[in-house]
Amino acid sequence: MALEFYSTRLQEAVNWARKYSLFQYPFVTACCGMEFMAVWGPKYDIGRFGAEFPRFSPRQADLLIVVGTITERQGPVLRRVWEQMCEPKWVIAFGVCASTGGFYQNYSAMPGCDQVIPVDIYIPGCPPRPEQVLDGLLMLQDKIKKGEGWVQQREKREHEAQLRAKGKLPVVS
Amino acid sequence: MSVQALERLKAQFGDAIRATHAQHGDETAIVDPAQIVEICRFLHDEPGLGFDMLVDVTCVDTLGLDKREQGRFEVVYHLLSTQSGRRLRIKAPIDEGENGENPEIDSVMPIWKGANWFEREAWDMFGVRFRGHPDLRRILLYEEFIGHPLRKDYPKDRRQPLVRRDFS
Amino acid sequence: MVLGAKVAEDLDQEDDLPTEAMTVNMGPSHPAMHGTVRIVLTLEGETVREADVQVGFLHRCFEKESEHATWTQIFPYTDRLNYVSPMLNNVGYAVAVEKLLGLTDRIPERAQYIRVIVGEISRITDHLTCLGASAMELGAMTPFFWMVKAREWLWELLEEVSGARLTHSYVRIGGVVNDLTPDFAPKLRKILADVRKALKDVDDVLTRNRLFRDRMDGVAQISKEDAISYGWTGPALRSTGVPYDVRKDHPYLVYDRFDFDVPVGSQGDNFDRYAVRCEEMHQSMRILEQALVQIAEVGPGPILVDDPRIVLPPKSSAYNTIEGMINHFKLIVDGIKVPPGEVYSYTEGGNGELGFYIVSDGTGQPFRVRCRPPCFAIVQALPDLIRGGNLADIIPTFGMMNMIGGECDR
Repeated sequence: MALEFYSTRLQEAVNWARKYSLFQYPFVTACCGMEFMAVWGPKYDIGRFGAEFPRFSPRQADLLIVVGTITERQGPVLRRVWEQMCEPKWVIAFGVCASTGGFYQNYSAMPGCDQVIPVDIYIPGCPPRPEQVLDGLLMLQDKIKKGEGWVQQREKREHEAQLRAKGKLPVVS
Repeated sequence: MSVQALERLKAQFGDAIRATHAQHGDETAIVDPAQIVEICRFLHDEPGLGFDMLVDVTCVDTLGLDKREQGRFEVVYHLLSTQSGRRLRIKAPIDEGENGENPEIDSVMPIWKGANWFEREAWDMFGVRFRGHPDLRRILLYEEFIGHPLRKDYPKDRRQPLVRRDFS
Repeated sequence: MVLGAKVAEDLDQEDDLPTEAMTVNMGPSHPAMHGTVRIVLTLEGETVREADVQVGFLHRCFEKESEHATWTQIFPYTDRLNYVSPMLNNVGYAVAVEKLLGLTDRIPERAQYIRVIVGEISRITDHLTCLGASAMELGAMTPFFWMVKAREWLWELLEEVSGARLTHSYVRIGGVVNDLTPDFAPKLRKILADVRKALKDVDDVLTRNRLFRDRMDGVAQISKEDAISYGWTGPALRSTGVPYDVRKDHPYLVYDRFDFDVPVGSQGDNFDRYAVRCEEMHQSMRILEQALVQIAEVGPGPILVDDPRIVLPPKSSAYNTIEGMINHFKLIVDGIKVPPGEVYSYTEGGNGELGFYIVSDGTGQPFRVRCRPPCFAIVQALPDLIRGGNLADIIPTFGMMNMIGGECDR
């Protein structure tokens, strides 16, 4: 019972609101950006799912979509953009270059953006079809509803550690 | 079409033009790198030749190639005359210094402004220093990168990461 | 008496008001920096004093990867060079390797027509993306959506032909991999009519729009001599008045059989670059209509050159005969054996002269593949174009250069 403090009705309502009003920050670098434009376009409208307008500042966004190849040179930039976002925040790796590096195994392309930031959803494809992207977005919305996003989990762990330190939770051996 | 360009080059510069050929229709001259600026200026200014556009400056690392000209690094210039449509390729083979210093050649920026970034890229990828270039720094890679990756002795997979995450 | 007039007058007379130039970083993650470019600006108020343009944030080592891949395995890498017009890169690379092999005259006619058709469709998608994104950055969201919609129709058609919407890898050395679908021609004609209508809508909204014209007219002008000295080619060079187009001046494939014009600007400013691209789309559609008529006259035929050293055998032979299987195996594992030599081949890409300088050492993997990117030469002039101008002028200038990260940084 004590551990179910997190999944109260209030939390569910908050997660419902969060998942249907994602403000995306599209960190566009490469060819996947063209498919991102198509997902945003009138045919595969991402606005139907609430994630319509990109906020072009990380301070105002809560969903970082890493679109395209991340190079080693871009690594510190991506890290700083992610750190500037306020919590709760989620990350989608859009495309196989952002997920694992794709077919670029060389001195400059980073093998996936999860080398520098934690990623919640990986969408493979080179570039992924817009339907795949929307599928990934729906998976992310599920994750948000259940509170399974990386940052949400970290918050939960830290909160539990605090409660444990105060003696309000049994210590797990 | 550019055969007369090759003839006029040979007439003007003599021994500095080491060899010429026209494989696959591309007129090519292999020249002495010490005179590259004079040769390019002649090609640019001479009426009747007028190669006013420098299309490309690049480099080839010939380590391991069977048929090699003198010099490990061949700096290759592609020229175009927009008036007549003639094209020409100039190759200047250069070598590293005895103590492993970077190979050097004069920059052709005074003649064509477009040589700027192409020469920076040749410096970045091959370590060829262009004397007289006002701002020779890396363009495609970052300053912390050590080595020149398009050389044949740089392994493709040697990564030099700038940042990696420190949390699981 | 206007409030503040006295203060304004005082400020105007204060010549020794202390000011400092401000260094501001634009990018590399920036909505208007098409992909990833960082411009380190030194600003005095809104005026740009110095600009340091840093590219290379998308350096994916095309040239190094191609030294470790076979000749045919490089086609997917070429798709991702200029990723808004991928067919044009495929065609450019294939033409270069065929020049080195000496195959240029033996490519079947039908394959050449198909290459021209898909190439021109890619050119239209390139210009649609460039103009759409640039219009959006200037505040015109609706033309962006119209152009993305038009681009979707073209992508769906190319998907039917090649299997992929964006990164097709459709061309092979010796021809193309699949023939056109049976209903390609009527579909393309219908799509061209719809694209014309979408372009007319965009034209009505933008070309005589006071706001658009004020931001684009006279901004970032460049002279013919400067543009040629910088190595500009393509629509950017044609906007200055130089009528240089590789398709007309050095025709390749079957471009000499078409009747089309090369639009040329006069002032070399942003609006001329916009207008040249708009008109080029109409000329591409003209080429497409003529190509559809001419390819129907050519009729069905081979789409790959008939040479077992270069082209994979048909699957019926590869699965049923030992010779076919060995042939297939050698071509896939070792690659096509290209005789030693070097070649520089150039085609008209979306941004200008896309050149491939290829050196072969006789094996199935290239010794050196150099891609001469058109937008690399164009963007190196950006610091000179924006110096002295306003901060807000950087956006349309950079947009009209159509810098594609995959091509510029390779």
